[in-house]
Amino acid sequence: MNVDPASIPVSWQGSNLAFWVITALVLLSAAGAAMSRSIVQAAFCLFFTLIGMAGYYVLLGSGFLAITQIVIYVGGILVLLMFGILLTNRPLQREQKGAGWLYLAAGVIGALLLFGVLARIIGTGPWVEVQNLTEPKSEVHVLGRLLITKYLLPFELAGMTLLLCLIGAAYLVRRRER
Amino acid sequence: MSNYISIASDYLSKAAHFLGLTSGHPAGLHLYLIVAAILFVLGLVACMARRNAIGILIGIELILNAAILNFMAFWRFRGGMETDAATMAGPMMGIFVMILAACEAAIALAILLNLYFNFGTVEVDSVHQMKR
Repeated sequence: MNVDPASIPVSWQGSNLAFWVITALVLLSAAGAAMSRSIVQAAFCLFFTLIGMAGYYVLLGSGFLAITQIVIYVGGILVLLMFGILLTNRPLQREQKGAGWLYLAAGVIGALLLFGVLARIIGTGPWVEVQNLTEPKSEVHVLGRLLITKYLLPFELAGMTLLLCLIGAAYLVRRRER
Repeated sequence: MSNYISIASDYLSKAAHFLGLTSGHPAGLHLYLIVAAILFVLGLVACMARRNAIGILIGIELILNAAILNFMAFWRFRGGMETDAATMAGPMMGIFVMILAACEAAIALAILLNLYFNFGTVEVDSVHQMKR
């Protein structure tokens, strides 16, 4: 990228450092979430992954999505996951018999192959990037306006889906009369 | 001693230059795509290797986050708000993916609780069908 250094906004001076700090946080904690032995540890690692993703969204210019990420993922989904763990985890897990490493090896090998393909695509693909990116500016009012004009139908459908899912979930876990 | 220090500082400055810390340019599209690919692959590993169903759910969350990161990176580096204020495709897709992820987590937890009530475990290997 040949960009005139004078055109780079001052507030971007630290954005690369922020990017790498966030990347280290996200990748380490995602590895923990994927491969930690204890499921509670995995959930805590997922917490740091989700926070780091919110940092990425700030760097990419959507602070609203970052806040949404923290509110919905960390405040909603992760708490739901923790409740699921607490409700279904037994203190004395019996020893799983056999072939756990086989699944892990198969998963890791398949994932590495897939990552090779993805990395090759990313390395060779003709990605068109806009030169001279300007500084991100506040986008909340644009998003809000679009949600009630252009995206009204998907927005309402998403709301109905959420309602139906909550009713369905409550129905599924109701206490049955025996 | 000062020789080592100068060598180390030389390497450090080279590494900083490689990582883009000296130029002041923001990290580019490729880096975000690579990070998203790594996240996706880690989620896939979790889905394939975990036995606990909640671990599989955590893997799915990682995959969904990788998808949102891809949407946001493409949106940003194709111009972001300067060229796309009429649709805001990146953040919009992120919002809708998050809504569907919330739905999915709620339903999956309900099913898992039912599995646990019926079988006393959520290990996917020992649950071959959903009813007794």
